[in-house]
Amino acid sequence: MKLLDCPLIGRRPISEFDYVGEVRKPPVDCDTETWAGFVFNRQGAPSVLRERWYHRPTGYWFILDRDTLTDEVKAIVDHREVRYDIPA
Amino acid sequence: MTYRLDQQPLEWIDRGRTVTFSFEGKSLSGFAGDSISSALMASGHSLLGRSFKYHRPRGALTLANHDVNALFQSAHATNIRGDVEPLTEGIELKACNVNGSLANDRDRFIGLFARFMPVGFYYKAFHRPKKLFPFWERKIREKAGLGRVNTDWTEQRTPKRYDFCELLVVGAGASGMQAALTAAEAGADVVLVDENPHIGGSLDYQLANEPAATGVRAALKDKVRNHANIRLFEQHYAAGWYTDHYIPLVGPKGITKLRAEGMICATGVMEQTAVFRNNDLPGVMMASAAQRLISRYAVSPGHRAVVLCANDEGYRAALDLMEAGIELAAVVDLESTPQRGSWAQQVTDKGVPVYRGCGIYAAQGSRHLQSVQVAAFNGKDCDPSELTAIDCDLLLMSVGWAPASQLLYQAKGKLGYDDTLQQILPRELPAGIHACGRVNGAFTLEQRLADGKRAARAALAELRGELHAESQTLHRDRQAHSHPWPIVSHPAGKNFVDMDEDLQLKDLVNAAKEGFDNIELIKRFSTIGMGPSQGKHSNMNGIRILAAIRGQSIDKTGSTTARPMFHPIPVSALAGRRFRPERRTPMQEWHEAHGARMMEAGHWQRPEYYGQPEEREQAILREAQAVRSGLGLIDVSTLGKIEVLGPDASRLLDAVYTMKMSTIRQGMTRYALLVDDSGVIIDDGIAARLGEDRFYVSATTSHAAATFRILSQTVMDLGLDVRLVNLTDSLAAMNLAGPLSRELLKTLTDVDLSEESFPYLGIREGTMCGAKVRLIRVGFVGELGYEIHAPAHKSMEIWHTLMRAGARYNIRPFGVEAQRVLRLEKGHVIVGQDTDGLTNPFEANMPWAVPLKSKSWFTGKPSLALLKERCQRRLTGFMLPQGYSGERIKECHLVIKDGDIAGRVTSIAYSPALGRYIGLAMLDLPLANEAKTLHVRVDSGSLVAMSPCKTPFYDADGKRQTADLTEVA
Repeated sequence: MKLLDCPLIGRRPISEFDYVGEVRKPPVDCDTETWAGFVFNRQGAPSVLRERWYHRPTGYWFILDRDTLTDEVKAIVDHREVRYDIPA
Repeated sequence: MTYRLDQQPLEWIDRGRTVTFSFEGKSLSGFAGDSISSALMASGHSLLGRSFKYHRPRGALTLANHDVNALFQSAHATNIRGDVEPLTEGIELKACNVNGSLANDRDRFIGLFARFMPVGFYYKAFHRPKKLFPFWERKIREKAGLGRVNTDWTEQRTPKRYDFCELLVVGAGASGMQAALTAAEAGADVVLVDENPHIGGSLDYQLANEPAATGVRAALKDKVRNHANIRLFEQHYAAGWYTDHYIPLVGPKGITKLRAEGMICATGVMEQTAVFRNNDLPGVMMASAAQRLISRYAVSPGHRAVVLCANDEGYRAALDLMEAGIELAAVVDLESTPQRGSWAQQVTDKGVPVYRGCGIYAAQGSRHLQSVQVAAFNGKDCDPSELTAIDCDLLLMSVGWAPASQLLYQAKGKLGYDDTLQQILPRELPAGIHACGRVNGAFTLEQRLADGKRAARAALAELRGELHAESQTLHRDRQAHSHPWPIVSHPAGKNFVDMDEDLQLKDLVNAAKEGFDNIELIKRFSTIGMGPSQGKHSNMNGIRILAAIRGQSIDKTGSTTARPMFHPIPVSALAGRRFRPERRTPMQEWHEAHGARMMEAGHWQRPEYYGQPEEREQAILREAQAVRSGLGLIDVSTLGKIEVLGPDASRLLDAVYTMKMSTIRQGMTRYALLVDDSGVIIDDGIAARLGEDRFYVSATTSHAAATFRILSQTVMDLGLDVRLVNLTDSLAAMNLAGPLSRELLKTLTDVDLSEESFPYLGIREGTMCGAKVRLIRVGFVGELGYEIHAPAHKSMEIWHTLMRAGARYNIRPFGVEAQRVLRLEKGHVIVGQDTDGLTNPFEANMPWAVPLKSKSWFTGKPSLALLKERCQRRLTGFMLPQGYSGERIKECHLVIKDGDIAGRVTSIAYSPALGRYIGLAMLDLPLANEAKTLHVRVDSGSLVAMSPCKTPFYDADGKRQTADLTEVA
C-alpha cells in the first residue's frame, strides 16, 4: 500500500484518501465534440498528472502533481492555482 | 534408515525425537527437523512424485522449496512441498498427481505417447468437432491439476500483524547477516527475514565443511541473534514488494505486513539444471540439493556419484560427497581449460577422474539413475560419437545460478546480463532498494561479506540523506559461476528444461518455430515458467535457448517479471476479517427492542419493518396503512445533513444542483437533484433556506459522504466564501407522517404549525422537549408530514414523546419497506433503485428539475442540454389488474416486446391504497409513450401482461400532503 507524504499531516496510508482524478476545468461555451471529450475522455498515458486527492479523516483536499509511471509525487499544489470560473 | 549419515556438524534434525508418519499406507519414521522429502529419502525412497504431464518418476531436485514434482497430500492439505515442509507426528501422506500408487502410477504410460503431444497440443487438438469438446474437457480436467482439494475444510483464521522497520534485509546468508549487522551497529532498526527455519544460508550447506567459514559463521550468527537492533524472522519469506516498501512476510503462523524505509535484497541465487536426456531421473539433482540433504538432514543422496560442473562450487560439492562417505566416480567439467581454484585441486589430489571439456549426453535408468553417458562437449553440444558410460546412482548438476531477483524486479529495478559472470545482475536499483551477495554477483566469502557491508552503508546513507560513493559492482567476482549454455540436444529428447510442466528442449524450439519467439509469447504458448515453481529453475535456460534461436543477446531477449507471491501462499494467510464499520442511529436500540428487522443501508442499519419474518408482508401493509389513515413515525437519521454557510452559499448550491437554489425564499425548501458531468443522476435530497447566507441540505443515506465531498470540492474549485458543516452524525431525524401528524405535533412544539404560517415545503426552527429542532414539511410518502431534525442526544427523548403522545392516534413506527410502498404510490423515484449509472433526469421523468433556460450553468448542464432531445428511455408507471394472483413480478424483471428486451421493472409493490400491484419500469422509447399493454418476463419464463399508466398512482393533485385532513375530506 502506498503512502502519501503530506506537508500538513505527515505520511498517511493511501487508503485514507479518495482519488478523485485529474484536475480538469469544464470547458464553457464549447462545441459538442469538446464537451464530449471533457465528459468521456481521460488522460491515460503515463505522464505527470495534476490530481485531486481527498483526505477523508480531515476533509482536506490535496492537489498533487504525480508521475503516474513512477508513482512519485512531484509537488503539492496550492488550491488557488487550479481555480476556475463558471458562467454567472 | 539405510541412507541416514552419521551426525553432521550443522544438522537440523533432532535425533532424540523420532517422528512417525505414513506414506501410501506404509508406516515410516524420521526425526524432528526432517522435511517430508528428507525423511522419505532417509528411508530409501528416492521416487517422490510423478511429473505433471507425462507422469515420469521424479525425485528431489533442489530441496529449496522449488521441488514441485515432489508434492504430497495429507488429509487436510494438498500440494504440500515435501522438500521443505517439516515432518509432523502421525501425518498420513500420499503422492499428488498419481493414478494408483506412486510406484505403479497407471498414468505412467502417458509418457510413451509424448511424441503425439507436442507443445501447444491442447490448444490445437480438441476444439474440433465442437460438440466433442465437453467430452475432452472432462477428460483433460481429470488428468490435469495436481492434488485434490479437500472440500470438507474447516475455517482457519491466521493472525495478521503489522510491523515497521528502517531497514529490511531479505535473506540471512553470509551477506545478509553481515548487512543486517553493519546496519544495526550503525544504529538502524533492522528486520532480518529468512525462509529457512535457521539462519546461515549457504554458509551452512555449501560451505559447511569449509574451514575458512567456521569462524565467520559462528561470529555472524551469534551477533545477529543477540543484537538489540535486529529483529529476526526465521521461517518467514518476503512474499512480494509493494509500493513504498510494503512487504508481506509470510510465516507458519500467518502474515506480517511490514512497512520498511529501505530494503536490502540478500536473496542469493537459485541453482539451475543442466539440460540433457533424462535429466529428470530420480538420482539427478542440483549439487546444492545434495549439500542441503547432507548437512541439514544428514541424509545420503546416493552411494556412487558423478558431478557435472561448470564452476568451483561443483568441486566443493564433490568434496562434500566424499566427506560424507559417498564414492565419487568422476567429475565432468563442461569447460576444457577451466581456471579452477583449490577445491578442484583437492579433488584431483584425491585421485578422482576429472573429464574436462565433457558433458553428460544422457542419463540412464528406469525409476532411478543407473549410469551416465559422458561425451565431449564443445560449448554448444555433445559429440555422441564417443560415449563413456559411468555407473552411478547419483548425479549432481552444478552448472550455474539464476539470481533470486524477484523482489528487485517487483520494485522496478533494472537488471541486465553480465558477460563476465554469465548471470543477470542488478544495474539500476530504485530509491531505497539495495542488493548484496550472490544476487549481486559477489561469490567468494570475502566478496559476500564486503558486499554486505557496502550495501548496509549505502542503505544507511540513503536513509539519512547522506552521500554514498561505493559502487554496487565493487565486490563482484571476476569469473563466471554459470555456464552460458549447459544444454545438450538428443535425438530421443526427454531433455527437460522445465520440470514443472514437462517441457523439453524441442518444445521450446518448436514454439519458436511456430512464431512464438518473443519471451512473453513463448512463455504463454509453451507454459515455461508457469508451473508452481514459477520458473525458478527453468526460466534462465528458457531465455538462453530463445536467445540462441533468435541469435540475440540475453538482454535483447529479455526476461519476464515474477509477480508476487514468491511462493504459493495459503489463502488463510491472506483472508482477513471483514472490517466493516457499522453506524447506528440513536434510535437503533429502540427499533431492535420493538421487533424491527434490520437491513443494511450503506454503513447504517435501518428497520426494514417491525414484526415477525413470517408476517413480513402484513407488517409492511399495516405500517403503510397507518401512515395513510392515521400516523406513522420513521427514523430517517441516516440521511446526509449538511449546513452551508457564507456569502457564496447560494452560488455554491446553484453550481452543484440542477435547480435554482438562490431563489428559494427564506423558510422554504426545494427538491435538490445532483447530476454528474454527463448528466447522470447521482443523488437527491432537499435544500432548505434558513437565512440569506445559510442553507441546510440533505442527501441520501448512501451518498451522503460523496455529496459532502462534491460540495467541498466545488467550494475549493470556484474559490467560494462558504463554510460547510457535516451534521449527518450530530443531528438525528425522524419523519412524522400521516393525516393526524399536525394534531399530534402541535401539542409538543412551540412552532406555529398552521397551514398559513408553516406551509408545505416550509422549514421552521423551534424547540421540542427542550431541544432546538428543525421541522420540515416534506411529502415523500404523500401525506401531511413533518421531518424533525434534532440533536442526536435528544432525539430518543423526542421519539419516545411522540410514540407516547401518539398512542391515542394509534401511531405506528414504520420501516424502509413501508416507506418504499408509500413513495411508490406517489411515483417518487429512489435514486439508485429506479435510476442506474446511465439514467438522466429526462429519463427519470423529471424534466421539471432541469431548468435549462433559467440557469446559465450547473454541473452537467451542457450534457443535459444535448440529452433533452435524445432521450432513449423513460421511467413509466404501470399496474397489474385488480386481484392479480399470478406469478410475482420482481424488480429487475425484463419487459419483452416482440421477443426483445424493451425495458426493465425498477420498482414493484402491492399498493394498499389502490388494492393492486403498482410499479415503475424503465422503458425504451417510443414504447413508453405508445404501448397500451406490456409484457414482463417473470422467473419461470412466462410473460405477464400489465398496463402502463401515469404517476402518481395516489392523490395525483397532492392535496393530502399540502393541507389538513379536514380540508381534503
